[in-house]
Amino acid sequence: MNSITNSKAASVSFRNVTKVYGRDVTAVDNISLEIEPGRLVTLLGPSGCGKTTTLRMIAGLEMATAGQILIGAEDVTKLPATDRDVSMVFQSYALFPHMNVIENVSYGLKFSGFRKDECRDRALAGLDLVGLKPYADRLPSELSGGQQQRVAVARALVLEPQVLLFDEPLSNLDAKLRRQVREEIRDIQQSLGLTVVYVTHDQEEALAVSDRIVVMSNARIAQEGSPRELYELPNDHFVADFIGEANLLDCVVENVKADIATISIGTYRQKIPARGLPPGPATLAVRPARVELRRADLKNCIPATVAKATYVGAQMEYTVETEFGRLFAVSGNVDDVFATGTEVSMVFAPSGPVLLPGS
Amino acid sequence: MRGSSPGNNARPVLIFWIIAGWAGLVLLPWYGVEDFWTFEWLFDGYPQDSDYAPLIFLAGQGEKPWLAPMLLPMLAAPFALRLPKNSSAYAKILIGSGAFGLAWLIAQGFGIGLRGWNYGWLEALFGALDDRQFGMGYGAMLLATAFLFLLTQGIAARGAINGDVFVVSSIGFVIAIVAAFVFFPIVRMLTAAFITDDGGYSAAVFFAKFFETRLWSLGCLTGGNRCGVAWNSFFLAVLVGLLTTVLGLVFALIVTRSGFRHKRLLRALTVLPIITPPFVIGLALILLFGLSGSVTVFVSDLFGIQPTRWVYGMPGVLIAQLLAFTPIAFLVLIGVVESVSPSMEEAAQTLRANRWQVFRTVSLPLMRPGLANAFLLGFIESMADFGNPLVLGGNFDVLSTEIFFAIVGAQYDQGRAAVLAIVLLGFTLSAFYAQRAWLGKKSYTTVTGKGDAGIHPNMPGGLAIPVYLMGAFWALFTVIIYAMILYGSVVELWGVNNTLTFKHYVTAFSVRFEDAGIRWTGSAWNSFWTTVQIAAIAAPLTAAVGLITAYLLTRQNFAGKNSFEFGTMLSFAIPGTVIGVSYILAFNVPPIEITGTGIILVVSFIFRNMPVGIRAGIASMSQLDKSLDESSLTLGANSAQTFRQIILPLMRPAILAALVYSFVRAMTAISAVIFLVSAEYDMATSYIIGRVENNDYGLAIAYSTTLIFVMLLAIALLQLVVGRTEIGRRMENST
Repeated sequence: MNSITNSKAASVSFRNVTKVYGRDVTAVDNISLEIEPGRLVTLLGPSGCGKTTTLRMIAGLEMATAGQILIGAEDVTKLPATDRDVSMVFQSYALFPHMNVIENVSYGLKFSGFRKDECRDRALAGLDLVGLKPYADRLPSELSGGQQQRVAVARALVLEPQVLLFDEPLSNLDAKLRRQVREEIRDIQQSLGLTVVYVTHDQEEALAVSDRIVVMSNARIAQEGSPRELYELPNDHFVADFIGEANLLDCVVENVKADIATISIGTYRQKIPARGLPPGPATLAVRPARVELRRADLKNCIPATVAKATYVGAQMEYTVETEFGRLFAVSGNVDDVFATGTEVSMVFAPSGPVLLPGS
Repeated sequence: MRGSSPGNNARPVLIFWIIAGWAGLVLLPWYGVEDFWTFEWLFDGYPQDSDYAPLIFLAGQGEKPWLAPMLLPMLAAPFALRLPKNSSAYAKILIGSGAFGLAWLIAQGFGIGLRGWNYGWLEALFGALDDRQFGMGYGAMLLATAFLFLLTQGIAARGAINGDVFVVSSIGFVIAIVAAFVFFPIVRMLTAAFITDDGGYSAAVFFAKFFETRLWSLGCLTGGNRCGVAWNSFFLAVLVGLLTTVLGLVFALIVTRSGFRHKRLLRALTVLPIITPPFVIGLALILLFGLSGSVTVFVSDLFGIQPTRWVYGMPGVLIAQLLAFTPIAFLVLIGVVESVSPSMEEAAQTLRANRWQVFRTVSLPLMRPGLANAFLLGFIESMADFGNPLVLGGNFDVLSTEIFFAIVGAQYDQGRAAVLAIVLLGFTLSAFYAQRAWLGKKSYTTVTGKGDAGIHPNMPGGLAIPVYLMGAFWALFTVIIYAMILYGSVVELWGVNNTLTFKHYVTAFSVRFEDAGIRWTGSAWNSFWTTVQIAAIAAPLTAAVGLITAYLLTRQNFAGKNSFEFGTMLSFAIPGTVIGVSYILAFNVPPIEITGTGIILVVSFIFRNMPVGIRAGIASMSQLDKSLDESSLTLGANSAQTFRQIILPLMRPAILAALVYSFVRAMTAISAVIFLVSAEYDMATSYIIGRVENNDYGLAIAYSTTLIFVMLLAIALLQLVVGRTEIGRRMENST
């Protein structure tokens, strides 16, 4: 009976939501968004893009200036945080320093009308879920960073909220712990079927945990999709460059046949999916791993010079100089290395490069 | 559970205030009752006698018919209980009944007074009224509070501040009490300055009093013998501001930028002005430099010079104020000097500046706003100081003492007191405004929250020597002053009979043990216990009002927050004498008639010391991460529950500090108090001043010494308790 169930997971809808601070600082600009129940959706973007404001509007800590916010079928636009069935894990964890672990976890239960013993049972079940049952009587200050983080998760989980919010939950953890905790969060989310909205500025974290990612830029949604869609089919320069790294090259679409475009960069020609672009100037986005460097003097290639070669253990990182600018390439081949100054032929992998509208 | 019916959790509050309002109507006497807490009125004709009757009995008997309309809003309010919270009728009923009730209550209170209609045009409008009314009592107070909170709940229901009843009500409450006890008296005082002898209003009267030569003459500059009172105050305040800033900087530099070992001792110095009643330093100066003072006698014996009265006047007041206010400047400047990031100075050093150049080009410019702040504080304190000029002023009149003599002296001229108070208020408010407008935007706080590993470089040698000399001289002087106070309290009659005696303590604090219990026979006990009692009542109220205001200022955003902050901090810039005069003018007549009671003393302390509570609250609340509140809110607690369960427990040390500080300040205050004391409620400080005026220095000094020790005890207790709560928390939770 102590297990936590998923029956309450609800959808979240934003309908033309705008948030303006003061007179003219627009933090969120006319955003519409549908989050399905039981999914983990990440809001991803550089700092100042409006992702945290969006999250806080779901929590009810900020009120929308215009538009409508729904959780499940209920319009919560004007409802304060106290009255929303949403809980949040804060970047700083925000554990109450004057309460021990069990008091922290049962804090929200107290206000939800549970009896005292029921509060304790549910809180212990929540602690069990994050593996911290033996620490129930400790103070937050007596726990490690990772443990504090898990207490914060348990405290939010036990309320069985309709939506669970995470505000950069991993940013205060060291790199190794991050991978572990993010997998735990994903496991709990999937096994309990929770609706989770997750904010991060770390694209790798976003790719790893999400069902869907919403990339935000300048108070607007830049692109929304599954991690794979975003990585492989970015809509524009910003998304291509923000998710993973990308070399952006000016190119010309020579002709389009059956949605396959032939593009040219100087004398170099390649066929790639046209994605509906008409002939004319465009941009080619190429991930560093899709840039191939060859010693042989190829006919269809872009001549390049190795400007910098860096050994980083698992791979080689190259900066190459071409007449179209500098490109960044990585290669798994660490045995046969191009020295700085080597003249090479550069080609792009047949799949991987993406055509974007010209700048 | 959550989110289902947001209206439910607001209902108990509404029910409570409706019941409270009805209790004010039905149970408590409407008008003020003397000696309320003896409850003799219960057996003296209550509830029919019109002096003690609650409003509903007055209305039922057809007396004071103008009160009856206040029943209407209280009849209307319960209808809101049936409506859902988000319906617009709910908000309309509450706003309507609250606003109407409050407006009517205020209007009738001001409209009808001791002699019927208060204003001629009301009489012309409604005809003569042969009835009158006295000051409002607890019934009226309760009803007014209920009206206020009905109004705020209505405003919250309309969606202000996310519909947060607790926050809206707190804001409403703070605004209401500040309006009633800061702005209303000040406005009353302003109008009093225009009242002519026959009761009319005239600008000519104001200007005649305002431009009087006694106020503005510059005679002392052009070779005449006297300057105007306003200039006296101004010049003195500028001098005190400048010199306290210099001395404060000297001590701050010694503590932070020298190898001086006993820094803790210097920090302890900052406690002194808090626990020393303001005029005590003046008394000590008389013991040293007065006509029969030790130094005077010594010097005149040595050189055969005729002793003079030089200390009575500008020099004496200046020295006394410097001694009293230097620690305040030190307190401000030590924070400033420490906040200059050492890495800035280290960066300058690595850029090949020598120590003197670093100090001149980096450290000093970064401290500039702090120096200006210390100057303005010294200026305001000097302007507001009342005790020292009273004791040492001689023929050197300043505004604060002139105000006092205009009220208590033979001339008894309220209008003149009001004009003088306006001038004084003008000076202090300008300084206060300058401090906020100019320094608010110019803070070079270089503390970033990241660890600053560097250390402050020592002062350059050329600076260190004069700084050390001044510091040593001043510290020695302070020690001598306090030693004189201690010594003076056990001397029979200073300068005449130097035998040691405990006579003064016995006169003041003797007790007799009898069968019936202890009899407090000493002459000081009466005022001592009154002081302790009043201070003990005022302290928790001051702390509560201060902390709630601090919470609103640091944690909530609402329209008009800046003016709210300005209004609440304003009473800091209002000198005590001005508060005293304005309270007398405002609260001597209905609707709020509380002069001569203990209540007026408590109220004056609350509003005098409120900024202290606010500052303590803001300081400790800004150290609590805002995400703590937010996480409590998202976990389902409302803002009142968050305040009680998260913020208050985490602020325990700040609460205790605010409590003790307001207690101590209430015990040492003199300037406002001296206007407000009565035979029944005499305070320690005004009793001591009375002794001084009778040349009974021994008793005055013995009493002052006792006060200093009582307050040292209070502060020591605080240290003990605060220290223990932090340890106790650990132990209690780890078991």
